Amino acid sequence: MAKPMLVYTTYIRSTPKKVWDAITQPKFTRQYWGGLALVSDWKKGSTWDMATAGETPEVYTTGKVVESTPPKRLVLSWIDPENLKDVSRVTYEIEIVKDTVCLTVTHDQFKPSSTMPGRVNGGWPRVLSSLKSFLETGKGLAAAKCG
Amino acid sequence: MVAYYRGQMDAVFKALADESRRALLDQLHKCNGQTLGELCAHLDMTRQAVTKHLLLLEAANLVVVVWRGREKLHYLNPVPLHEISERWIGKYERHRLQALSGLKAGLEQNQPKKKQPNKKG
Repeated sequence: MAKPMLVYTTYIRSTPKKVWDAITQPKFTRQYWGGLALVSDWKKGSTWDMATAGETPEVYTTGKVVESTPPKRLVLSWIDPENLKDVSRVTYEIEIVKDTVCLTVTHDQFKPSSTMPGRVNGGWPRVLSSLKSFLETGKGLAAAKCG
Repeated sequence: MVAYYRGQMDAVFKALADESRRALLDQLHKCNGQTLGELCAHLDMTRQAVTKHLLLLEAANLVVVVWRGREKLHYLNPVPLHEISERWIGKYERHRLQALSGLKAGLEQNQPKKKQPNKKG
């Protein structure tokens, strides 16, 4: 088993259901993910897209839903739409720890030639702290794009 | 809610206020996902000291542990640092920018009016 490359966690004063909704509903992702919508029906095997709003959305990242167990675990393939061979894996895990929700994001299985680790390793902390702020205060943080 | 944020930030600042713990974070920044043994090999500290420091870093959520079989891997988690930068430094920066723009507005009000550029010239 290879070492996962990027692991991030944040503790959020919220419920697993609210964290799941914040991850999977575009009306919420737009508020903390630099205005980007993450769109899918989040069923196993479905496609998901991360895209800008508007009539001609620009797709930043795409992929398939590998595993979906609301509100606990979501596994996605993470693909650069400009280089469809650049496939990696993102796992969201949501668990209750005492009176908070612990959200862990693991981004791994990068291809040896992938440019993705360098593109996302600054982005994930920004997105996750923005998500925490959004769920706890109702406001995301500015400039929280990832990828 | 305020006490909750203060508790989280206290843990982060306490964790960062020690040179050995910062050295551990630097070591993980160089190579993420190390075991206790690997970390000890790179640092001039006893195994017990490294274990103690790692526990404090975990409590502050600056280090995340992932089990791979029997191996315990340590990962640098920069999310709390980003929260501090946004909630604290960002907050003061905004005030400074507001002060500067107030100063600019005040100074400009007292400035004699600029001559209109001569269109023919």
